[in-house]
Amino acid sequence: MDTSFSNADLSFRDDVKAFFASAYDLKLQKQFESFSTYKDAVIEWQKRLYSQGWIAPNWPVEYGGTGWSSTQKFIFESERASAGIREVMPFGVGMVGPVIYTFGNEKQKEYFLPRILKSQDWWCQGYSEPGSGSDLASLKTKAESDGDNYIVNGAKIWTSFAQYADWIFCLVRTSTDGKKQAGISFLLIDMRTEGIKVNPIISIDNHHSLNEVEFVNVRVPKENLIGEENKGWTYAKSLLAHERTGIAGVADTKRALFNAQELARKEVNGGKSLLKDPLFQKRLSDIEIELLALEFTELRVLATVAAGGAPGAESSLLKIKGTEMQQAVQEIMMEIAAHYQGVLDTEYPCEVVGHEFGGAARRAYLYGRAATIYGGSNEIQKNVIAKAVLGLE
Amino acid sequence: MNFDFSEEQLMLRESIARFIQDDYSFDYRREISQSALGMSEHIWKKFAELGWLSIPFSEDCGGFGGGPVDISVIMEEFGKGLVLEPYMPTVLLFGKLIDAAGSEGQRSDFIPPIINGELLGAFAYLERQSRYELSDVMTKAVSNSKGFLLEGEKVVVLNGQNAAKVIVSARTSGDQFDREGISLFLVSSDSDGVERVSYQMMDGQIVSNFRFNKVSLTADSLIGDLGDGLKIIEGVLRAATVAISSEALGIMEELNRKTLEYSKTREQFGSAIGSFQVLQHRMVDTFMAYEQVKSLLYRSVCGLTETASDIECTVHALKALVGKTGKQIFGEAIQIHGGMGITDELDIGHYAKRLMMINTTFGGEDHHQGKFNFLRYG
Ligand SMILES: Cc1cc2nc3c(=O)[nH]c(=O)nc-3n(C[C@H](O)[C@H](O)[C@H](O)COP(=O)(O)OP(=O)(O)OC[C@H]3O[C@@H](n4cnc5c(N)ncnc54)[C@H](O)[C@@H]3O)c2cc1C
Repeated sequence: MDTSFSNADLSFRDDVKAFFASAYDLKLQKQFESFSTYKDAVIEWQKRLYSQGWIAPNWPVEYGGTGWSSTQKFIFESERASAGIREVMPFGVGMVGPVIYTFGNEKQKEYFLPRILKSQDWWCQGYSEPGSGSDLASLKTKAESDGDNYIVNGAKIWTSFAQYADWIFCLVRTSTDGKKQAGISFLLIDMRTEGIKVNPIISIDNHHSLNEVEFVNVRVPKENLIGEENKGWTYAKSLLAHERTGIAGVADTKRALFNAQELARKEVNGGKSLLKDPLFQKRLSDIEIELLALEFTELRVLATVAAGGAPGAESSLLKIKGTEMQQAVQEIMMEIAAHYQGVLDTEYPCEVVGHEFGGAARRAYLYGRAATIYGGSNEIQKNVIAKAVLGLE
Repeated sequence: MNFDFSEEQLMLRESIARFIQDDYSFDYRREISQSALGMSEHIWKKFAELGWLSIPFSEDCGGFGGGPVDISVIMEEFGKGLVLEPYMPTVLLFGKLIDAAGSEGQRSDFIPPIINGELLGAFAYLERQSRYELSDVMTKAVSNSKGFLLEGEKVVVLNGQNAAKVIVSARTSGDQFDREGISLFLVSSDSDGVERVSYQMMDGQIVSNFRFNKVSLTADSLIGDLGDGLKIIEGVLRAATVAISSEALGIMEELNRKTLEYSKTREQFGSAIGSFQVLQHRMVDTFMAYEQVKSLLYRSVCGLTETASDIECTVHALKALVGKTGKQIFGEAIQIHGGMGITDELDIGHYAKRLMMINTTFGGEDHHQGKFNFLRYG
């Protein structure tokens, strides 16, 4: 058992640090902060990562991956988080990319993979439906065969950033025979196709990232089917495990906690620093202790994966604990911001009337409620662990 | 011993509940929250006509002479309807401060116009650096030949935008954290030297920051005795804390009720999600948590009415429990609603945001638990 870094790892860390320091400049940071320039910022940042060859560390080298060891990946993630840089948009690089290189045909790989790496297409995920959330396999959006095309009808909901998307990857029903999982196919759909309508859903944080996507007689060429018809559920499941590991976000939570600690040091109540308040200290250390453990839980999972194991039920553990920790830090930030946590972003935002961090605390906390709901809710993850790990039926 | 409400109190509850059902739908409330005033003058007039603005004031100023139980009933029902109108700042803060410490002249000048709905007021006591600490006052009132000169800043003033008169806490002697030397002043918000910046909070309220640039006050603007303001503030805020906890209780009831209802209708895996035992247990937990808040609220209401010796402790305990339970209840409500709970369209998120803001009003969970610890264990 050994977790120390080799000299090669240390010099790799220096390279990573140096790259982030120069590439993630102030102008870009500003762009990320405003919703109107957010999309451009995401694309610009991902292009910079691509130029450096670092956009998809988890991909196999032959498709554009970096070939890093799990230690290098860990270093990269930690440095990214401590530089305050967000993860890349998950939908292309993290989600549909792996499905395409694992289950797609040559033509699909050739066309889509480079475009994903270069951020030429913005992808969104069309799984959930109004009637099918946790019970995803009950989905009803149907794709009916019509010569060389499918005709797609139905509706997807909670589709993050569909308003920006060029493409959507969908689970659609191609058969109603047998088990509900057995009639699902994985289809790539160009968002500009006639018959697609995107209706915004404003979320609790007053922003627009969620959407309902309606499909009315949408023609999709059969060449956009991934793998075989009615096998889509298997493909999607392999992707969900990927998604869940990513959701843990330990490195980001660590940084957020450190940030909270620094803000609490400056915040004063009755002439005393908030950081010296025993009740506040208890809140903070409860989180930090769990986080110290979770970081090593994540490393243990990564090591298993590196040794050829598949991220199975452990990814559920990471998702549950990781999202609980994220929410706990977001709550701490609200605690520090006190009444300024409520200030909306209007003519006089929080920066002007109160704290510089109140607005960000509010947005993160409110939207953060979703982390225990999406990517398979935490209740569903616990069902997975109960069944797969504890053997409880 | 009895925990029954009087005939009159039951009628009051009933009439507010009916008003909310008939005249204060969630959609209408949304319209009000998006209007420039952030409240409805028409609704406020209606409150006056129905006599609700008179309830906590004594009969000698035209009030109804109601006590903590009556106020609790009103606020609980307002909570259920997420009422935006400034009952708390105008009646329970501004009005009760004057009622508690004002001169005969001040009481007869200001309480009747509150009761008939003509005067909106506010209480400006928080400062940018003060967080939740009431004695942390830097705003100064320096006496001169005509009266006082007021200088300083107040923040997050509830109903600040619409208030014609504001009561301001200011230091007339002593240092920043001293308990002595704080005085209360009545200030017209259109006076020379008053600058006001108004902004909206996530629960729909519009609040203000005030800057007082050498504002001239006449000697009769002083409320209560010079330098003795903190005790008045503490008394009024203690009652207000119980009142806002009643509002929280109403919200918690609604969140639990709506979540239970949703769990019976939303189906996944071929069954209502309410049939899953893990969700059942969590809804049992939120039900029990609600009952505990109700008990501590009743304890506080009785304590206020009977001026119990341990009331200070009880109210700190109440506000701490309201903060903690609030997070639990809105957390479960959102989680059990799944994606729907994250939308702006559904009322669940709005109840949640009001509970978050209640947690920061008159001190948060930790602040009150800290005060409780200090009183109990030293
Ligand atoms: C911010 C956000 C972004 C999202 N982005 C996307 C996206 O880009 N693409 C996409 O396809 N989807 C997306 N989703 C949808 C997300 O995956 C679903 O919300 C999620 O699967 C839950 O489904 P639901 O909302 O219908 O809740 P439901 O399935 O109705 O669940 C309601 C509650 O019941 C619980 N529950 C359900 N079944 C069980 C059970 N068997 N045992 C115990 N408890 C149970 C759930 O845990 C939850 O608490 C997003 C959701 C959110 C909130």
